[in-house]
Parts: sequence; C-alpha cells; structure tokens
Amino acid sequence: MLLNTISNALSTLSEPWWKIFYDFSSLTQAIDEGLRSSLSPFWAVTIEMLIIGVVFLLFYALIGLFLVIAERKVCAFIQNRLGPNRIGPYGLFQTIADLVKLLFKELIPIKNADGFLFNLAPYIVIIVNFMVLAALPYGKGLHAIDFNIGIFYVIAVSSMSVIGVLLAGWSSNSKYSLIGAMRSGAQIVSYELSIGLAIITVVVLAGSMQLSEIVEAQRTGWFIFKGHVPAFLAFIIYIIAGTAETNRGPFDMAEAESELTAGYHTEYSGIKFAFFYLAEYINMFIVAAVAATLFLGGWMPFHVGNWEGFNRIMDFIPPFFWFFGKTFFVIYLIMLFKWTFPRLRIDQLLTLEWKYLLPINLVNVLIMAFLVLMGWHF
Amino acid sequence: MNSIIQYFKEIIQGVGSLLKGMRVTNRYFFSPGKIVTQKYPNNRKDLVMFERFKGEVVMPHNESNEHKCTGCGICEINCPNGTIEVISKTIITEDGKKKRVIDKHIYRLGMCTFCALCVKTCPSNALAFSQEFEHAVFNRALLIKTLNKPGSQLMKGVE
Ligand code: SF4
Ligand code: SF4
Repeated sequence: MLLNTISNALSTLSEPWWKIFYDFSSLTQAIDEGLRSSLSPFWAVTIEMLIIGVVFLLFYALIGLFLVIAERKVCAFIQNRLGPNRIGPYGLFQTIADLVKLLFKELIPIKNADGFLFNLAPYIVIIVNFMVLAALPYGKGLHAIDFNIGIFYVIAVSSMSVIGVLLAGWSSNSKYSLIGAMRSGAQIVSYELSIGLAIITVVVLAGSMQLSEIVEAQRTGWFIFKGHVPAFLAFIIYIIAGTAETNRGPFDMAEAESELTAGYHTEYSGIKFAFFYLAEYINMFIVAAVAATLFLGGWMPFHVGNWEGFNRIMDFIPPFFWFFGKTFFVIYLIMLFKWTFPRLRIDQLLTLEWKYLLPINLVNVLIMAFLVLMGWHF
Repeated sequence: MNSIIQYFKEIIQGVGSLLKGMRVTNRYFFSPGKIVTQKYPNNRKDLVMFERFKGEVVMPHNESNEHKCTGCGICEINCPNGTIEVISKTIITEDGKKKRVIDKHIYRLGMCTFCALCVKTCPSNALAFSQEFEHAVFNRALLIKTLNKPGSQLMKGVE
C-alpha cells in the first residue's frame, strides 16, 4: 500500500526524473499529499517520519563507508601510494568488506567495565550524529527539519557527542581510554568556543539562525566573499576548530595511536568499535557540511551579484550537487590537514586555542558587527 | 609593543609554513604519475628489483663452475648470527703441496639478517647478494643452503 502511494506520487510528477535534483519539494509534496489522501493525518506523519528515518540510516551508512575509503585513498595518494586496490574496481568495496568483517567479529566483554555505560556510549555518539544530520539542508527542498534556530541547534547538539566519548573512556576501566577521553573533553570544551564565535560571525552577517534563510541570503554571493576579510578569517578559524572538534589529526591526541593505543575506544571491539569509527567520519562530514552551508553558500550555486547570465549558467548544476561538491571540498581540506601536519602536544593545542584563535576570533566578531552596522558588506 | 609585533609575526610565519607544507602534500595528491606502489603479484613476470636490494647471500660462479672462495672462514667469524658455516678440507695439489679448499659453504637463510658483513669482509669477494626475494618454503630444512655448487673449483689465480 505504502509502495503504491509512493509510486503514484512519483508518477504524478510532471517533469522528467532528473529534474528532481534541481528541486526536491515537488517530490516531497507529492509523497505527502499521496499519504494524506489515503491515511489519517497521524499515520501519514508517522509513515513520513519512518521514511525519513530509513533514508537517513542509508545515507549515514553510505557517507560513512564512502568517507572511510576516501580517506584511505587520499592519504595513499598524498604518500605516493595506491591505497586499497584489491576488492572491487580500484578497491572501492574495501570498506564494505571491512564492515562485514567487523559485523562478524566477537564483541569482547570487558572485565570490571561498567556494562551499561559501556554499551550506551557508542549509541550516544551515533544518535548525536543523526540529530545533527537531520537539521542540515542538503538541497532545494531537501531539508528534514528547518528550525528557526537551526545553526544554534546544530552546535548545541553536536557538542553533546563529548558525553559519549567521556562515557566510553570512563566505563572502559582502562587507563588509555580514560586519558583519551579526558584529552578529548578538554579539547572539545575549548574549541567549542572558537566554533561558536566563528558561527556567530556568520549569524551577524546573515541576520538569522535559520539554516534555510542563511542559504537564501547567499543568493547574491557566498558569505566568504560577501563578508570580506572577517568572513574569510572566520572560515579559517572554523575549519581549524572543526578539525579539533572531530578529534582528527593534527589534533588527534584523544586517540593518539603512538601513546594511547586507540584512546577512548581502545576497549571496544567489533561493531561497537565500528560505530565510533563511523561516527568520527560522520562528524567530519557534519563539520564540512556546516562550513559549506555557512561560508560557501550551502546548496546555493555560485552567484555573483547581478550578473544574470553568469548566474543562470551556474544554475544548470543542480543545488544537490553544489552542496556535496562544496562539502567534499572542505572534507578534502580537512584530510589534507591530517596528512600534512604532525600531531600537536596538549599544551600546544590549548595555546593555539586560548592565545591565538580565541582573541583573534573575538576581534573578528567585533569587526564583522561593525561592517554589518555600517553596511559595508556586499 | 614589541611583544605585540612578535605575536603577529609568529602568526604570519606559522601560517606561511603550514601553507608551504600543504602545498607539498597537495602537489603529491594531484600528481598520480609519481605513485611508487608495485602491484606485486600482478606484475610478478616483469618485476625488476633494485641492484642494491639484499635478497639472499649467494656465491657467484663463472661458466666453468669456478668460485672465488678460499675457505678462509672470515665470513663465518664475522657473521653476527652464526648463519654461515665453512667446512673446509685439505687436498694435495699436483706439485705435492697441501692446500685448503672448501668442502661446503653452508648458509642458513632463516637466520640471516642481511647485514652484509660477510659480503663486505670476504677478502676475495667471493660472496654477493642476489635480488631473489620469494623465500617462502614449506620445510625449514630447505632454508639451509650450500652456496658452492657441486663439483665447483677455486678460480685460477685466487689465493
Ligand atoms: S666466502 Fe670469503 S670470507 Fe667466506 S670462507 Fe670463502 S673466501 Fe673466506
Ligand atoms: S648477511 Fe650478515 S647475517 Fe647474513 S650471512 Fe652475512 S654476515 Fe651473516
């Protein structure tokens, strides 16, 4: 019955299927109307939620697996290697094989670990990921929840993942895990400030916290160009702080292999380890997607002020692809950081945040507010 | 005032050096021609190892089955692992003199660390490294090799 409704909805679409990538709202509306016409509103909403949940689950797995293989390939090319090249064409199915392996592996129960918290930790990390993913705009009309405080919600929720990390470290009853979790906590708490202030810079410029409005405000030019130097500085600071927040190299002391074996997930095995591993990559995707949305225009094509012709040509590339193109560009930057720079010591990390990023950021917000007040931005 | 100038100078220098590093890695990423990975089992037929690659110790023989080992035992003394065992015997040459020649030059591949001390210290350059590297066998006894070929002789002119 459900499939019938959806196929009916799809067949009522007037345009060819590939037009969907330009604007998803006709598809979502058709599904909504189809469901509402045959079901009571309660069930219609429930089924819509279910569909969205399944879509996000699939999306999560796909993006996670893709990012793992992408990371390995990028790192291999940077080091003049080939990377995984045995399974599938160019080794593309390597992560799927790895996932199957992890699914089959034994979940080793840890003696003297706090069983409940130990099992809870990976789910907290994953759930936080889902909550953030749901609020991001992926394309025109492809936006699950559009809060009016969208970006605020994103930072508020994403910083909750540190609870999962701390729980994992604490409940494992292992010194490596605990030290890793503590480092991660110190790191996230201090870099949260930088992220917040960098985002505030954009919010000042956009005049709104609603993600759809932020994207819409970039119709005449992306914020990184519109906001002159302060926006560019905010972008740099955001990328640095975002890399630190996701515990990625060069800020990966939380799981520094050479010192802490694997940091907070040392004691995890099998699929629970895979959860942490995937969550890390999804966190990177989230940081990159938020950077793309705030500074690079989200799904908005590259527009320059009033150049009608130029803007029209750019509109030919569907917004959906613009979004993922920008996101993957930022992800590439973050990967480049990891494979270029050596790991920082904990005191260097905190020096970087408290002595450099934070003061610059504060001045930066002030300058941006002044620019906006005087109307000196584009 | 000075410290403020120092502060900004440090930031600019730091960012500059970070960018330099990123330029290098970025260039490597976009130059796939430089990839050095050998797809080993696939290119097994035409894989050429480097000349200086230390595969295993061999004793080169010439066409008339002659080697240069005088049986002095220096390699055996020098080997840190006791990998080499030189078994020599005494023969009587045509002009009635006693002479020491090798009976067997035993080399235990499984114990060798490829340090090249034997190759370097051999006074008559009788040893060398070959580029062979597929050493896996099913029986450990096969790793014990006799380097001089059966019926081989000391090369003329080598004392
Ligand atoms: S291989 Fe060289 S060092 Fe060893 S016994 Fe023969 S001549 Fe002496
Ligand atoms: S290479 Fe070193 S370990 Fe191997 S046989 Fe020669 S001296 Fe011994």
